Amino acid sequence: MADWGGWLFGFVLLCVLLGVVDGESSLRSEDFVESLVVRPLPDGKVLGHFEFVNELGGGREGAHGRHHKLFPKAIFQIVQKFRIQEMELSFTQGRWDHRLWGGLEGLESADVKPGGVELWAQFRPSNEDVDMLWRNLTHALSGLFCASINFLEDPAMVSKWGGARQNGDMGAVRHGALPREAVCTENLTPWLKLLPCRDRAGLSTLLERPRIHNSNYYSLRVHVKAGNGIDRPKGSLRLSQTLTVVLKSSDTSAAVRGGSVRNENRRPNWSLSSLFGQSLAGSCPLASSSHVYLELEANLVEELKRAENQMLSGSEDAHEDALNAPAEDLVANSNAIFDLNLAPKGVSKRVSGSASGSSLFLNYDVQKWSGDHPLDVGMTWRAFLAWSPSQGPFRATQFLTGRGNGRGAIVSLVNANRDGCNGMRLCPVSESDDGSPAIDVTTFQIVPWYVRLYMHTLKVVVDGERVLLKKGVRLKLSPAEDRKSPAVLEIGVTIPRNTSMLFVSVEFDKGYLRIDEHPPDANRGFDIPSALFTFASAAAGGNSVSKLGLDSSLRRVQICSDNLLVLLATPDFSMPYNVITFTMTALALYFGSLLNSLRLRSVTEVRSQQPASRISTKLQKLLARFRGREKVKTQ
Amino acid sequence: MGESWVVWGGGALGVGIRLLLVALGSASLLDHRVEVVSPVTSLSRLAEGHWLKEYGMSPYAGSAYHGSPLLLSLIGPLIGDRQGIYVGDLLRSCSLFVVADLVSALLLRSIGKLLERTQSQHLLQLGVTDPFRAKSDKKDVLGAGNISFLVYLLNPFTVAVCVGGSTSSIENMFIILSLYGAATEKVPLAGFGWAMATHLSMYPVFLFIPIAYLLANGPDSPPSKLFDLSESAAPAAENDSCNEKDEKQAQKVKKASGSKRAVILKLVFWAAISWGCILRLCKHALLERSSLVNMWQKTHKYMLTVDDLTPNLGLFWYFFTEVFDFFRIFFLMVFHANIAFMVPPLTIRLHHRPIFLAFILTTICSMVKSYPTVGDAALYMGLMALCVQELSDLQYFYLLLNGYILISVLGPVMYNLWIFRGTGNANFYFAINLVYATLQTVLIVESVSTVVRYDRNLLKQVKLRNRTKNS
Repeated sequence: MADWGGWLFGFVLLCVLLGVVDGESSLRSEDFVESLVVRPLPDGKVLGHFEFVNELGGGREGAHGRHHKLFPKAIFQIVQKFRIQEMELSFTQGRWDHRLWGGLEGLESADVKPGGVELWAQFRPSNEDVDMLWRNLTHALSGLFCASINFLEDPAMVSKWGGARQNGDMGAVRHGALPREAVCTENLTPWLKLLPCRDRAGLSTLLERPRIHNSNYYSLRVHVKAGNGIDRPKGSLRLSQTLTVVLKSSDTSAAVRGGSVRNENRRPNWSLSSLFGQSLAGSCPLASSSHVYLELEANLVEELKRAENQMLSGSEDAHEDALNAPAEDLVANSNAIFDLNLAPKGVSKRVSGSASGSSLFLNYDVQKWSGDHPLDVGMTWRAFLAWSPSQGPFRATQFLTGRGNGRGAIVSLVNANRDGCNGMRLCPVSESDDGSPAIDVTTFQIVPWYVRLYMHTLKVVVDGERVLLKKGVRLKLSPAEDRKSPAVLEIGVTIPRNTSMLFVSVEFDKGYLRIDEHPPDANRGFDIPSALFTFASAAAGGNSVSKLGLDSSLRRVQICSDNLLVLLATPDFSMPYNVITFTMTALALYFGSLLNSLRLRSVTEVRSQQPASRISTKLQKLLARFRGREKVKTQ
Repeated sequence: MGESWVVWGGGALGVGIRLLLVALGSASLLDHRVEVVSPVTSLSRLAEGHWLKEYGMSPYAGSAYHGSPLLLSLIGPLIGDRQGIYVGDLLRSCSLFVVADLVSALLLRSIGKLLERTQSQHLLQLGVTDPFRAKSDKKDVLGAGNISFLVYLLNPFTVAVCVGGSTSSIENMFIILSLYGAATEKVPLAGFGWAMATHLSMYPVFLFIPIAYLLANGPDSPPSKLFDLSESAAPAAENDSCNEKDEKQAQKVKKASGSKRAVILKLVFWAAISWGCILRLCKHALLERSSLVNMWQKTHKYMLTVDDLTPNLGLFWYFFTEVFDFFRIFFLMVFHANIAFMVPPLTIRLHHRPIFLAFILTTICSMVKSYPTVGDAALYMGLMALCVQELSDLQYFYLLLNGYILISVLGPVMYNLWIFRGTGNANFYFAINLVYATLQTVLIVESVSTVVRYDRNLLKQVKLRNRTKNS
C-alpha cells in the first residue's frame, strides 16, 4: 500500500515537473545584433565602436529553471537577484581628447567615459535594503569581470543619486567610480565571454588584446536595461555591450600624393587589418544582423565637397552646385581625396547633432563575407584633407588650484567652442531659431570625503559676472560625512547662448587619513572622480528636435572632465611604534611627575608623624574608627 | 594713578591691536592656521554650517560644523559667508570676539581683585607676612587682577585666536564667567557659565569641582589646618574671650557646613536649569532639521572619538593617525582617562585653592585635549596670572617662557616644511607637539609643587610664630 502511494506521488511530481518545464520551454524571443562603426578621426587615428546588443523578450515569468540560448546567464542572474532596473558598468583606459577627436554624440549609446571603472545602477523598487543589494552587486560584478569593483561597497565612495542621468524616481540609484582602476585584458576576456560567439566568430574576432590595449583610448561598457512595462514589456532585458577604441593604423606605407603637404600632415591609410591586425572573416552565426559602418563625419563630408568642387572646376560658379550634389555620390565612387577599397552596400545619412551637415554611414553587411573572402574595409588617402572635429558647443575642463597640502579649490571651467562649432544645434554663436534662448549647464560630481568642500565658498561666474546662489544657481547637494559618504553635488546654471566662459569654483580643505586608509602608493595622490557636464537646451519643448528627427538623447550633450589628482599630506608610514612610544612617554612623564609632586609632603609633617609606617598607622586609625562605631551601634 | 594708567592703557592697547590686525585683514592669514583654529572652533566651518542652515539643511549635515547651534545663530549672521573684503565687514565679523575678550579680561580682573582682598585677609588672620609683598615695594606692584587683565588682553595667543577666526574666545569667556560667578557667590551665574562652557567645549565639565569648592569655601586660601594651628596658638596667648569665641566658631562651622551643602545643591539646580534652557534653545535654533542626539554626536562625541586627524597642537592627531585600528578605542580611553584620573588627586590636594585647581585642570585639558589650539593656552595663562602671588617663585619660568616662544616660532616653520615645501614630514611637526606637551607638563608640575611649597612655607611661618608666642 505504502509502495503504491510512493509511486503515485512520484508520478504526480513528474507530471508537475514536466508541466513546468513545458510551460517554461515556450521560450522568450531572443535576438542578437552586432555592429561596428569605424570613423576616421581628424588627427589620422581611427575610432572603432563595437556594439553587441542582446535582447531578451518579455515572457511569462517562471519560478524554476530558465533556459537561454543567447542571453548570458550570468547577467540574467545578476539582474534577477539584485533587482536591477538599469545598470551601466564601464572600464576605461586612456583619455578622450575632445579637442582632437570631437565628441561621440553621433554614435548611439556612446558617451565618453572617464578613466577607470564606473558603475551606475538603478534598482527596482522593492522592500529589500538597497545598500545590501548594491554591496552584493559590486561583489558579483567584481567576480564576473575580475576587477576590484568590490571597493565600491564602501559607502564612502558611492553616491545615492545619479545626477542628470537619473531617469525619474524609478527606484533607488547608486553611482560609484574607481578612477584608479587599471583596465586590462583580464577585464576584456570576461566581457567577451558574455557574447554568444565569444571571440571565435563575428566582429569580436577583431578584438586582439595587445592592439586594443595599446590604443590611445579604450572603453569597455556593459549596459543592462530591464523592461519597465512602459516602453518595453516587463521582464524583457536588453544587454548592450560596447567597446570604443581609438587606434592608430599600423600601415606605415601611408602616402600623401603631392609634395606640398608637410610631413606631419600625412594621414596614414588604414584598413581593418592594419588597425586590428586581422580582417573580418564572416559574422557571428548567431547574430541576426552584423554590419560594419564606415562613418564620415559631417565636417569631413563638407570639406570633401569643397575640395572636390575646387578640384573639378576651380571656379566659384560651380560651387553651389557641387555643394548641393548628393554626398553619397561623392563617396560611393572613388574621389580625389581618398579611395575606398570596397564599395559599400549602401549609404545612409544621419544627422548627428548638427543642423547643417549630416554624417554619412557607409554600410557593409558582414554576413556576405566569409573566411575565404574576408571583409577588410580600408581607406587610402590620395590627398591631404583637414577637417575639424565635430565638437559640442562647449569645452569643459576642471582643475585644482591652491598650494601645498593644506587647502585648495576645485575649479570647473566651461568655454564656448566657437571655432569647431559650425552650425551645431546648441551652438553658442548662432542666433537661435528654435526659440530656446539659453542653455542649461549642469555639473555633477562625486567628491570623496577627504576633500572637505566648503560650499559657502561656491562661486559661479558667467562671463565675469558673479551669479548669486539664490538667484539662478540650481544646487543639489548631499554633503560628505567623514568616512561614511562622499559629497555629491550638482550645480546647474542657465547661461545665455553667447556666453563665452562659465567659471565654478569651490574651496576645500584637505583631510588627513589614518595610516591604514592610505593606498600603497599614497604619495601618488588621490583621484577625484571626474565631473559630468551636461548641456541641454533650456526650453525643454523639443520641437526642433523632432523636426530634425533627432533622437531625444541628442538634445543633451554630456562631457566628462578628466579625473583630478589631489595630493594629501601623508604621515610617516614607518613610525607607528615610535609615535606610540614617544607619545606615551610624554603622557607618562606628565602623569608620573604630577602625581609625585602632589604626593610631596613638607618635612615638618613627616617629622611630626610617628616612626611607624604610614600605612600601618592609617590602618590602625581605620580600625579604631570602626570599633568606635561598632561600640556606638551596640550601645 | 600710575597703576590705573598702566592697566587701562594696556587694555586699550590690547583692543587696539586686535582692531588694527582685523582691519589689516590678518584673519585671512590666520584662519587656516592649525594652531589657531581647530575643527571644533573654526569659523570657516561655522560659516559652512550657517550656509547649510540657510540653504535649508541641517547645519550638521556633512562633517563640516561641530560647534553649538547657538553660536551658529549668534555668529552666523555676523560673519555671513566670510568673503567680505571691506574693513567694515571684517570689523563687524570680529567685533563679537573682541568684546568677548574684553569681557573675559574684565572678569579676570575682578576675580583677581577679590583674590587679592581675601589673600591679604587670610594672611592677616594667620599673622604671617606675604613673602611676595615683603620682597618688593607695595606701590609698584600691580595686583593679581590687573596682571591677569593685562596678560589676557596682551597675550599674543589670545590676540591670534580673537583675530584669526576661532570661537575659542567665547568658550573662554564662559569659563571665566562661571569662575567669576562662583568667586562672587552668584550661584545662577556660575551655573549658567559652567553649563554654557560645557555645552560649547565639553572639557570644562571638570571645572565643576573648583566651581563647587569656590562657592562652598570661598576663594583660594591657605589650608584650613593652618587656621586651626594659628587659632590654637591664639587662645593660649589671650585666654579671656576664649569660650565666647569658641561657641561662635562652632556655630559658624555648623552653619557653614549646612550652607555649603545648600550652595552646591543650588549650583546643581542652576546648572541643570541652564542646561535645560540651552538644550531647548538649541532645539529651537536647529529648526527641526536635526535632533539633539545628532547635535551631541556631532559636537561632544566628535571630540571624544577624534575623527578629524587634522594636525593641531595636541598629541591626539598623529597618535591616532598612526595607531593600529584595533587599539583605537583602547587608546581613546587611555587618553581621556589621563584627564579624568588626575582630577581626584588634584582635588584632594588642592581643594582649598579652587582657582588654582581650575588653572591646573584647564592646563591639563589643554594638553590632553582632542583639538587644542593656542586659545586654550591663552585661557590657562590668564588663570595662571590670577595665582601670581602663590606662583611668584615658580622655578624654570625663564625656560618656560622661552619654550613658548620656541613653539610659536618653530611650530609654523615645521608645518610649512611639511605641508607647503614638502621637504619635511609629519614627524617634524609632531616633534614640536611633543615639546609643547612636555612644556605644559613642566608648567603643571612646577606650578603644583610651587603652590605646595608655598603652603608649606606658610605652615612653617605659622609654626615659627606659634613657637615664638609660646616661648
